[in-house]
Order: sequence, then structure tokens, then C-alpha cells
Amino acid sequence: MQITTKLFASFRIGRFAAMPQSWPAGATVRQVVDQLGIPEGELGIVLINGRHVELGERLNEGDTLSLFPLVGGG
Amino acid sequence: MAERILRVNMTTLSGAFEEVPAPWVGLGGRALTSAIVAKEVPPTCDPLGKHNKLIFAPGLLAGTPCAQSGRLSAGAKSPLTGTIKESNAGGTAAQNLARLQIKALIIEGMPTDDSQFYGLRINKDGVEIAEEQALVGKGNYEVISTLMQRLGQKIGVLTIGPVGEMRMSAANISVRDPDGNIRSHGRGGLGAVMGSKKVKFIAIDDANGPGVAIADPEKFRSAAKTFAKAILEHPVSGEGLPTYGTNVLVNVLNEAGGLPTRNFRTGQFEGHDKISGETMRETIVKRGGKPKHGCHAGCIIQCSQQYVDEKGEYITSGFEYETIWGFGANCCIDELDTIAYADRMMDDIGIDSIEAAVIIGVAMEAGIIQFGDGPGTLGLLKEIGQGTPLGRILGNGAASVGKAYGITRVPVVKGQGIPAYDPRSVKGIGVTYATSTQGADHTAGYAVATNILKVGGFVDPLKNDGQVELSRNLQIATAAIDSTGLCLFVAFPALDIPETLVAIIDMLNAKYSLSLTGDDVIGLGKQVLKTEHAFNNAAGFTKHDDRLPEFFAEDPCAPHNVTWTMSDEEIDEFWNF
Repeated sequence: MQITTKLFASFRIGRFAAMPQSWPAGATVRQVVDQLGIPEGELGIVLINGRHVELGERLNEGDTLSLFPLVGGG
Repeated sequence: MAERILRVNMTTLSGAFEEVPAPWVGLGGRALTSAIVAKEVPPTCDPLGKHNKLIFAPGLLAGTPCAQSGRLSAGAKSPLTGTIKESNAGGTAAQNLARLQIKALIIEGMPTDDSQFYGLRINKDGVEIAEEQALVGKGNYEVISTLMQRLGQKIGVLTIGPVGEMRMSAANISVRDPDGNIRSHGRGGLGAVMGSKKVKFIAIDDANGPGVAIADPEKFRSAAKTFAKAILEHPVSGEGLPTYGTNVLVNVLNEAGGLPTRNFRTGQFEGHDKISGETMRETIVKRGGKPKHGCHAGCIIQCSQQYVDEKGEYITSGFEYETIWGFGANCCIDELDTIAYADRMMDDIGIDSIEAAVIIGVAMEAGIIQFGDGPGTLGLLKEIGQGTPLGRILGNGAASVGKAYGITRVPVVKGQGIPAYDPRSVKGIGVTYATSTQGADHTAGYAVATNILKVGGFVDPLKNDGQVELSRNLQIATAAIDSTGLCLFVAFPALDIPETLVAIIDMLNAKYSLSLTGDDVIGLGKQVLKTEHAFNNAAGFTKHDDRLPEFFAEDPCAPHNVTWTMSDEEIDEFWNF
């Protein structure tokens, strides 16, 4: 299946901003994060199609996965 | 020397120090400005009349070696909302006042001759009030640089621009920052109250002042160290904010579908990457600006920055997410440079950059200019500064523009513009907008932290469950933090690292020789909210004012296609504490 992974803030350094990727059906967020070499402890916000999810969540064809480190403002 | 009150009467053009009355001894910052307004200002008075009072109060920890303790609270009855108002800002003035042992500055009355402006000069001996001619009509940058030449490079300055002089309801009060640039008491039109008192500027010279007393310096030092360590250890305050500034939120809110776009039509903006925190940092670094900068001495978070043009020349600082959202997504302008010039102009003429962003969005809705029109936006801001008839309609706030042009998509609560988080897709912040004693104000109870950023736990932003309780807890904690004079961003470590709050309480106890507990601090926050709520009720507000504009319940917000569905009964539960 095709998904789009989007990275933000410091996660972009040495990686990419947005990239379409092929994954086998049933792949989880954790698998994508591991493959990117992002330590789980550094993850702040994890969204699939704009909704907060846990690392065990399965991805579906056409999903957009957005990963942010812990950031804030206001 | 004991702390004291400096009371200035602009009717008699005189001022004197007073003892601090017993009930105010343990108060500072917002707790003190709100207590004074509640006690001394008739709730039904005209905000621009002689019965209103303008109060400045440094926080309880101001002037100490505690990190992040340089926020100054300003309070009055707001001409924008008609409610009580507290607006706090960085800059040097809180520390200048604290070194003079001035716990509060109260400005009351107004001169009988409306044609004359005055400058106040505060020093260790009191206040001098002098007629001012040269600086009348000038922008805040010129006021600050002129006063530094006149009175010394180290003076604190509070000043209003032409918008405040003309008493428009969106006028702010500028504060000199450590580099001679500008921070602002932005919200609620307090600059108009200062203008109504005919005070153009307040210069504070703390030379040979008594300084700040700390009862137990050893205990204080140790707690201050723990506190600073927690701030630097937390990923948001220690790394995210100094690197990307608050503007990192453009992409966060865009991805989460809560970035109000085109005057709150949708929750995502096509041009988000061009105005994002990531792009802003890259631009500043490439052009040789400063990507991080503190708004006051003792700031170790450094979320501010100095944004420069292509030649490396300074344009603006304190370039915040809310401003960039407001002119960016909300007005559909996808050029950071244009927004930076708008920010500079707003600081100079003295208008709240959040209210102005909502104003311009509504002006675009009304068809005065088109969405996305950068030069047109700068032109309208110029009209506000010049005080043309259209400029005055605009400068009186988003609600004023909506009324003048007969439109209903006007995002305000209690007359104050709704900032950078859509309440339909970030429902916790919607509760804060509805219930805050201040009108729509994200800082009053920043539920975005827990709804979107996953700081302090997680409450699903798209559901109603738990939002009232979340907003209530945050509003209580915020009222307490605003009273210490600490920057609100200490809440990020405080929500996740338990030692942070303990250290704050230890510092308060060490400074004042007290034995406060966590419950006392929460108690203070509750007391502040209840005092403010009682003032608003006496001014004529009811629970029916704690509501969002109708269109949020009717127009779904993409991409989640959600509406505002919180019932009146659910919202009214907020005050049940």
C-alpha cells in the first residue's frame, strides 16, 4: 500500500519533509518510525490523517502519517 | 524597605507612594491588578472615563534571580470587552519596578484638558509628571529610542503609539525589551485606557533603588536552580521553543486541522509551509538574523527571535505564531516578509497583533480588500495608525468591523478576537474562549497543550468529553502563574515534571518567608478567577455571554468537518468550583 509520511521540526534534519512510501498491508506506525530511526522517546505528536493515534495503529492505503517531536508554543 | 504602591492621579497631576494594604500583601501580577480593579473601579463605569484605573504590577517573583520571572501584568476595565482585563508582557519594566520595591502602579483620574499629553518619570523618590510635546503622535520605536537618549540606556519604558493616543479599543501598550525593541501588553485595548489618561509614556529609572529583598537567599538559590534545570530538561521549553519559536505551531495545527483559515472557514491552509516555523528558522539563519532571543533578562527559554530582511537588516522581533497565523492562514497571505512588516508596523503604531489579524480577516470577509492581499493589508494597518474614518472602525476591533459592515462571520467572544486555534477542532480551547473572564484568549487556559501537543496528558480535541474540566484546571493554574510573574511557558515543564511546581512554591516561600503549599497556589488561582468573574457579573455580563459565535455551531470545519457542539449546560459547568 502507498502512504505519505510527513516529518516536522527537528525530524526533518537528515531526513525529508514529505515522502510517499510503499508499505505492506497492515504495517503499523511503529514500523515506520523504527525504519526512520526516530527514537520513540522523542516522539511528541503522531497523527494519521490529522487524528492523534498510538504507535500500534495500523496504516491503510492512502493514509498520511505526520510525525512531530515534542514541541509547543502559544 | 517594604514594598509599596505608587498611585498617580492624572486629574490633579500628582503622585505618591502608599503602604500596601494588608489584603494585597501576598498578591502580585494578575492577582494584584485584578484585586485592585475589583476594589477600586466601578464595574459599570465607562472604560475610557475618569473612573477607570490602569494598574501595572510585577509578579511575586519579579526582579529575583528566578528564570522566566520578568512578566509585567497590566489591568483595567477593558474598552474592547467591557470586562475586567489582565494582559501581561515581557520586557524590562517588571524588573525595573521590582527594584524600586513598587508592587503596583495605579494610574487614576484624567486631566480636564484633553489636548495635552504627559510623560511619567518614575524613580526611587516617586513620580514626576511633565507635559510632553515632542513624542506625541510618534510610533513606539521612536518613543523608546528617544527616551533612552533623554533619560539613559537602562530605563524601562511603557508607551502607547498613535492608536492608543486615539483611544481605539484594540490599542496595546508597548514595553521596551532588553535590546531597545518592543514587547506588548497586547490584548483588550489597555493602550486606549492609557491614552484616555493622557499618558504617552512611563519611564522607569531604578538607579539607586532599594533593590529586591529575598528572606532566605540560600533556599531561594537552590529552588531557582531546580526550576531552571526542569525548564532546560523539558523538550518543549528546552529545545522546541528556542529552536523554532512559537511558530512551530503553524504546521502542527495545520496537520491537526485546527489552523483557522480564511476567516475561520477551514482548518488547513495551502500556504502553510511558506509561513511555518521551520521555514522561518531557515530564513532567519540564512539571512543572518537571530533565531533565538529572550524578551527579558533571565529568560532561558528564548522563544523570541529577530527577523531580518534579505540584507540582514532588522524588521521585527517577538514574531509569534498567533501573529503569523493571523495574517498568514487567517488572511491567506503566504509571505513571511509581508507578515513581518505588518508585525513591525503594529508594534510601532501600537495595536494588538492578534486583534488586528482578526480585524483584517473580517475586513476581507466584508470585501474591503481581498483575501491574500498583502499590500492591501499593510495599507489598512496604515489607515489605522493615521486614524482615518475607516482606520477607526478597524482599530476598534473585529466586532466593530463586523457591525459596521453587517456580517455575521465575526470570530469574537465578549468582543475580543478569537486567536489561532479553531474551537471546532480543538474543543478544549473553545471552552476557554467561551468562559474566560478576559474574552476569547488562548493564554487563559491553554488546552491546546493537552488536546494537540500531548503535554500534561491527552484529551481528544475532537470530542467534548473532559474539555470543561481541562479548561477549568488550566485556567486556575494559569491565573496563579500569571500572579507570580513567570512566563506561561513554564507550564510545559510544570505539566510533566513535578519538581517544577515544588520549586516555584519554594521560591515564593523563600522570598517572602511564607509556608505556602500547592493547595494555596491553586487557591490563589481560584480566587483570581472568582474575583474577575464577580466584576464581570457586576458589569452586566451573564452566563449567556459565555458563548461562541453562532457560525461555529453551524458551519463544519474541514478536514474533520466538525462543528461546535458543546451545550450551554455543559459550558456553564465551568464555574462550578
